Amino acid sequence: MLRFVVKKVLLALSTLLAVSVITFGMFFAVPNNPAELMCGDSKNVCSPERIEMIERRMGLDKPIPVQYGDFMRGIFVGRTIGSGETARDCPAPCLGFSFRNDEPVAGIVGRTLPVTLSIVFGAAVVWLLLGISIGMVSALRRGTAFDRLAVGTSLVGASMPILLFGPLLLIGLVYETGILGYPRYTPLTENPVAWASAMLLPWFALGFLNSAIYARLARAQMLETLSEDFVRTARAKGLAKITVYGRHALRAAITPIITIAGLDLGAYLGGTVITETVFGFTGLGKTALNAALNLDMPIVMATVLLAAVFVIAANVLVDVLYAVVDPRVRLG
Amino acid sequence: MSEQQIAAQVGAVAAEVGPVAPMPEDDVPEGTSAAGSGTPAAGADGFVGRSPGQLAWRRLRRDRVALVSGGVLIFFILLAVAAPLVARLYGKGPQERFPERLDRNGFPLGYAGVSGEHWFGIQPGIGRDIFIQVVYGLRTSLMIAFTAAVLTIALGVVIGILAGYVGGWVDAVFTWVIDLALAFPFYIFCFAFVPLAVNQFYGPRDEVSPWFRPALLVLIFVLFNWTISARLVRGQVLSLREREFVEAARASGAGLGHILFRQLLPNLWAPILVTFSLNVPALITAEAALSFLGIGVLEPTPDLGRLINDSVRYIRDVPSFTIVGGTTLFLLVLAFNLFGDSLRDALDPKSGR
Repeated sequence: MLRFVVKKVLLALSTLLAVSVITFGMFFAVPNNPAELMCGDSKNVCSPERIEMIERRMGLDKPIPVQYGDFMRGIFVGRTIGSGETARDCPAPCLGFSFRNDEPVAGIVGRTLPVTLSIVFGAAVVWLLLGISIGMVSALRRGTAFDRLAVGTSLVGASMPILLFGPLLLIGLVYETGILGYPRYTPLTENPVAWASAMLLPWFALGFLNSAIYARLARAQMLETLSEDFVRTARAKGLAKITVYGRHALRAAITPIITIAGLDLGAYLGGTVITETVFGFTGLGKTALNAALNLDMPIVMATVLLAAVFVIAANVLVDVLYAVVDPRVRLG
Repeated sequence: MSEQQIAAQVGAVAAEVGPVAPMPEDDVPEGTSAAGSGTPAAGADGFVGRSPGQLAWRRLRRDRVALVSGGVLIFFILLAVAAPLVARLYGKGPQERFPERLDRNGFPLGYAGVSGEHWFGIQPGIGRDIFIQVVYGLRTSLMIAFTAAVLTIALGVVIGILAGYVGGWVDAVFTWVIDLALAFPFYIFCFAFVPLAVNQFYGPRDEVSPWFRPALLVLIFVLFNWTISARLVRGQVLSLREREFVEAARASGAGLGHILFRQLLPNLWAPILVTFSLNVPALITAEAALSFLGIGVLEPTPDLGRLINDSVRYIRDVPSFTIVGGTTLFLLVLAFNLFGDSLRDALDPKSGR
């Protein structure tokens, strides 16, 4: 088991390293000079001296492999950026400074990550609860009106783009009826009630759309499990329906769903940019988008890396969990 | 689902296809192996021999959902292909403006500007006809999605077949590359990649060629999506390569190319077809999302995602604008998904009936 975990983690680290090298290379291999970008589009401001000053200040005058090394070291132990009188201290986890406004990138990430976390975890609760319970009832009441309605709704929901669903919610609940106000993010620590009420729309939008996929999945899994012998045995020996379906069958059916949920969570944590854009939140995804449009590469680099960490960590976790839960998985 | 990595979605669906029953060609009566057409040869004892293709076609024809969604698809595709003709019949071009139909604040006169002249109304501010924008938008979306899907499948199939059949270190490298591709966050990578690439090829004040961004999108989609079909094909090949017909081919001295593309590939068309038909809607969604975010297709190229982006600014006053663009996108994706599901059921020999 330990060997399996270590092997998975090492493999994941190598992937992460490759992601960082590719991302770093992509930004710096291009001939655009970051220093030129930084001094802005405004004409004639960028004298060669000024560009040189910026380069020194950002440490861009060093060879690219050295810059990469510095960058990676900075994440773990912090570093000093630039040299001479322009040197600045950047404590760990150092992700550099924004090209545009010189703000530390770690600070920007720290400010926007909670927004994305709030959206994703809340939505995940909605889609798991809604999806699994609908899927399960649907499987137990197979062929009834409820089942047909659920299957139809989830078919439609799985094709509904959030580009339409989000604005529809806004039109229906905010602009035309005024049931909800336009969401404004408040940190959880500041005011939990305001936080939750701002999150209602994104939670529902993302959660409902995803629950369609999970309901289909849960229904299929449950139907398969219900036809297995152990379920019949459990019923035959006189266990109550609720115990058989709610505990024995559900536990068997839920494993693959948890796997997919883990991977989805990892992918979403990297940014739910469309949800954020539609509902006007500045989360990780929106920050990355704005930074990319401004060619503010340190921020983009940081968000790509962070998102990759989430995806890879979720992958490893799911693999390991799967091996723990399902003894049939061969380790190797 | 729209924000999920398209990968996850298509992968999950494709995985359900499962191993397809082998279709050794000698099982099929001479002349009936072509999908669809031809009368099945009746056997001596009343059995009717049908090729898997014919079976699938018959199932598909009897499936009402498949018929409706297929009809809707054909309608959309025709509309997109014939967009210039539609524009001529309709009498308005995609770039034509009708400022006389707007009031002083740039809002359309009447309810959203809908009239016999302008079926879906007038775009606020800029004064373009929305119907013709939608028609041309369909054209852009479908063109990008289809091109990307075809290239994705082609690349995925070649790499998947090779990795699955050759195995060894080729396979190990391939698996690692897949993990790498899956680790890249799709949307954020696009944000990083597209502006850089545009910046690389064009200066800040240069005119960007109208095909450049669509081509870039196709490139990114292929880069991110080939892994899904490749993984699927690889899985199938892993079991197929142990079968007798492959061994027979090898024993009679067939070359690698012959085994891969003449022996293995014909056994893979069912999962490939299903993956393709479910890949297209995922790509349409992703393309619309990127254009919505201002990363994909930009002004003045008509596009559904871009149209929705234009519309959300006026969502308070002209909600119908957003609804029209979004609903078109939704119907397109829904029709593709339903048809893909039906196709999967029809091609699955286990689904009886």
